[in-house]
This record gives sequence, C-alpha cells and structure tokens, in this order.
Amino acid sequence: MTAVLDRAATPRRPVRRRAALEWVAVHSLGLALGLMFALPVVFVLLTAVMSDEQAFSEDLWPREWHWGNFAEVFETAPLLTYLGNSLLYSLLATAGMLLSSIPAAYALAKLRWRGREAVFLLVVAAMMLPPQVTAVPLYDAWSSLGLTGSLWPLVAPYFLFDAFSIFLLRQFMLTIPQSYVDAARVDGCSEVQTLLRVVAPMARPGIAATALFCFLYTWNDYFGPLLYTSEVPEEWTLSLALSSFKGMHQVEWNLSMAVTLLIMLPAIVLFAFAQRSFVRGITFTGVKG
Amino acid sequence: MTATLERAAASRAARGRPRRTRHRLAVLGFLAPAGLGFVLFFGYPLVATVVFSFTRYDLINPPEWTGLANYAYMFGDELFWTSVRNTLWFVVVLTAGRVVFALGVASVVARLRSGVGLVRTLCYLPSLTPPVAATLVFFLLFRPNEGPVDSLLGWFGVEGPLWFSDPAWAKPGIAAVVLWVSGDLMIIILAAILDVPRDQQEAAALDGAGPVRRWWHVTLPAISPVLLFGVVNSAILALQLFTQAVVAGSAASGSANVTGSTGDLGFPGNSTLTYPVWLFTQGFRYFDMGYAAAMATVLFVVSFSITAVLVQRMRRASHQEEGA
Repeated sequence: MTAVLDRAATPRRPVRRRAALEWVAVHSLGLALGLMFALPVVFVLLTAVMSDEQAFSEDLWPREWHWGNFAEVFETAPLLTYLGNSLLYSLLATAGMLLSSIPAAYALAKLRWRGREAVFLLVVAAMMLPPQVTAVPLYDAWSSLGLTGSLWPLVAPYFLFDAFSIFLLRQFMLTIPQSYVDAARVDGCSEVQTLLRVVAPMARPGIAATALFCFLYTWNDYFGPLLYTSEVPEEWTLSLALSSFKGMHQVEWNLSMAVTLLIMLPAIVLFAFAQRSFVRGITFTGVKG
Repeated sequence: MTATLERAAASRAARGRPRRTRHRLAVLGFLAPAGLGFVLFFGYPLVATVVFSFTRYDLINPPEWTGLANYAYMFGDELFWTSVRNTLWFVVVLTAGRVVFALGVASVVARLRSGVGLVRTLCYLPSLTPPVAATLVFFLLFRPNEGPVDSLLGWFGVEGPLWFSDPAWAKPGIAAVVLWVSGDLMIIILAAILDVPRDQQEAAALDGAGPVRRWWHVTLPAISPVLLFGVVNSAILALQLFTQAVVAGSAASGSANVTGSTGDLGFPGNSTLTYPVWLFTQGFRYFDMGYAAAMATVLFVVSFSITAVLVQRMRRASHQEEGA
C-alpha cells in the first residue's frame, strides 16, 4: 500500500515543489506590491504626528505622537471654510449629476430610437475631452455673468450634463435584462414609471458607484477651483487650499501632512463602506467592446 | 399572445396620443437636460475656442480679429515647444508605464490564492488620493538628503539626485506619482483577466503550455479591448497632466504660491512646464485668451484623434454585436 502511494507520489513531487515555489514567489510579489502602494500613506500618517523639528529630519518614526497637530491645522488656516466649500461643491455636483444623468442614461440604454449610437459616441468623446480645451470660452461666459470667483461655474454643469456619469450609468443599465423593461411597459407603465419603479431600483449599485466617483472627482478636482476661485480665498476648496498651505507654512511638513490626511479621509471612509460599489463601478469604466 | 399585445397597444393608442409620438416625447424629455448641457458646455465652447483662436482677447476689451497671428506666434514661442516636448514625454512614458504597470500588477494579483482582497484594496486606495495630496506626499518622500528614499539609497552607498529640484528627475518623479495612483486601471484589467474563460486556460494547459505561454497566447489576446481602453485613457490623461506638474513645480521652487504668481511654473528649468500648464498661464495669468484658445484648438485636434481610435473600435464592436 505505502509502496504504491510512494510510487504514485514520486513523479508528482517536482510538480508540487514547482507549484509551492510559484505560490511563494507570487505571494511575496503580491505582498511587496501591496506594501509599495500602502507605505506612502503610512509615511503621511507618521509625519503628520511628528513635532515641527522632527518632521524636517530624517526620522521615520515619531519620537512623540503629536495628535494635537490635527487640531492645530484648524487654527493655522480657515480649514472649516475650505471644508465647507469642498462639501458644497461635491454634494451639489453629485445631486445635480443624479438628476440629469439617470434619465439620459436610461434613454441611451433602454429606449430604442434612431441616432442612439451616435449620441452615445458623442458622450464618449465629451468624456475624453481635456477640460483645458473648453476653458477659455467657458471662463469668458462665466465672467460676463459675473459668476467667476464663486463655486457656480463648477457646480452648474452637473445639473445638466456629466459625460462620465452618463457613460457609467448606461453601462450599468445595459446589464439589466430588457425583458423587465418590456414587462413593465406591457403592464401599462409609462416610461417615467418604468425608470423610477423598475430600472432605477435595479441599477442601485450602479447609481451608488457613479455617485461615489462623482463625489470623489469633484472633491479631488484642482483645475476647476484654481481656474474659477483662485483670486477669492473664501471660496477655496480643500485641494486648492492644500496647494497653497505648504506655501504659507513651508517648513511645517507635519501640518501639511495632517491636512493631506484630512483630505484623503472621505475617500478612505467611503471606500471602507462601499468597496464593492467602487470595484464594480471601476470595472464598468473599462469599455469592453 | 400577439393579439393580446396588439389589443393592449391599440387600447393605449386610443387612450391618448399615438404610442409612437409618446415614445418620441419620452426620449426627448429624458435627453433634454443633457442635450442642453452638451450644447452649453461642449458644443458652444468648442466652436468659440476656434473663433477666439483667431483673435486677440484680454477679457476686458472686445476680441480683435487677428487671423492666424496666434498660430504663427506658436512657431516662434520657445516655451510652447518646451511644453510640447514635456507633454509628449508624459504621453509616451505614462501610456506605456500605466498599461504595463497595471497589467503586471493585475497579472500577479490574479494568481494570488489568498489575500486577493487585501492586495487589491491596497493597490486601489492610492488612486482615490487627491492629486495635490499625492504629489506633495511624493515630494516629501523624495526630499533630497533627509527624505526616506534618499535614506534608503544611502544604505547602498548611493547618493540620490535632487529629485523634484533636478530638471532631469522632476518628470520621472511626477510619473511615479501618476503610476502610484494607477490602481483604477489595474482593477479594470484584473476584472478582464478574471473574465477570461477557464476552459481556454485549461485547454492550453492540456496542450502543454506553461503559465507564461498561457498568459501570452490566451490571456493577453482575450483582454486586448480593455488594454486598448487603457492606452487611450492613459494617453488622454497624460495630455491633460496639469495638477501634478503645477504642485510639484511650486513645491520644489519653494516660493510656492500656486494660485497667484507665475514665476515658479515649470520649475526646475521649465522641466515641468506641460502643455496645459503653459495654456493656463497664457490664458489665465497673462490673460492672452486668444493665444490660449489657439493652444486649446491644437489640444482638441490631438486629443480627439486619440479618442477617435477608441470610438472607431467601439463602433465596430457594436456592429458585430448587432450582426451576431
């Protein structure tokens, strides 16, 4: 019995050893990659709680943990104002995007009409357009309306058109079987009812992911706030403020990193609670065909 | 069955407007806000950019027609060509870098048996970091002499360059920031790899193909549409590279009031003066809107040609789907 087992096992041994070696190699590589991505964030945290002098030194580990730095940054700069502006920009933009993009995505995914493909390609083209291309006439128009120096030019477009969100929502809605939509119509639902009662509830994960991306995109935006509000510090968002924060407090890297961490916080919190939506959402952005 | 449907449709048609008209109204209603937005925020500005590009305009006095003067000026504008070279550098390095890097990481993560979720999270998290923050973090990591990267190099007896203050290293530094936040592309590619049918892999394995050859002959062709998306997406991203360049340049120059002054843009030695940075400076710091519009028109032509590659492919794919 043992002899039989032995003989059976012998030829397999090199194979198994190779598999084990591969397991070790792949997993140490994976671990190294994970660390490479994570270590800069750890470094930010460690620097943020150092004393002023130590943050400027070679040390990586804080001698004393100055948690008070996180409170101090609120005293050295009007962070609450910036935070308020960032929230205003991100929340309003996300709300507006949902109002305008869900119906548009529905028309592109679930209604049949001539020219649908062409319109969809226009959306893709708009999505890929660098924001600098349209900046001059848009700035000119907003300035003649007297609205530069406010958040209006940043928020208003989302209430009408956001190419990326329309694109992403359409990709999600395409995965909802057409038979549900047809059934609703046979039951006598109007198009609005079909959207509100059938498609929107089924697309909830997609809507959540799109809202998350929209929130974070506007939260992280730098070009928009710089273009429209750079002259008016009361209207600055956190991203814009951070870029000049290190200007005002050049040597206080600990405080800069504390602000950096505060800016990264919503992303980390949102991700922790909605990792699935994020991952599902991001895979939908990779145009399949 | 058909009779019932027809009767239902007929009764609905009898109830009010003909069904066809109602359908058209629905389409129109759903698309109206987006259509208006498209015209206001894309249609009009695209046309207006081209018109402005033939004028001299400072936002205060009315635009003055100057024909092709702005385009002629480009040829002699040394900083214009510097910015073109810098942006081309980023397009080449970041397109290749992002796709190869994301593909490499995704291929490793796809082979993990345990800890996939953790590694995936760690790789993806940095991509949520605001670009301003990510750039500052890297600036600090690569701080000459005291920075952790220089300390690490010191153990091997290597003395690091001045990184973001060295014209030869500032662009690679910015590229490192962008690669660090490439987790989104990695997730897209990872999903595509996991989507490759298992039986194809197994058939190739039965034919005696090792893991490397299976990856090359089965996985890679299967995910090629997603790779094309990665290439187009990365090229467009590199074309509009602005934030990281501005923040890195001003942080390194030390004077660092991004929002006001223009003296430190492109620091060190114009090595971080990308095309959008020069466009922004001309338009919104020197208020030479006509010249900025001319630069924007050129940027539009270039970015649109890149997008057209992707759009072409999508059109062909959707036609194939309809045919099947």
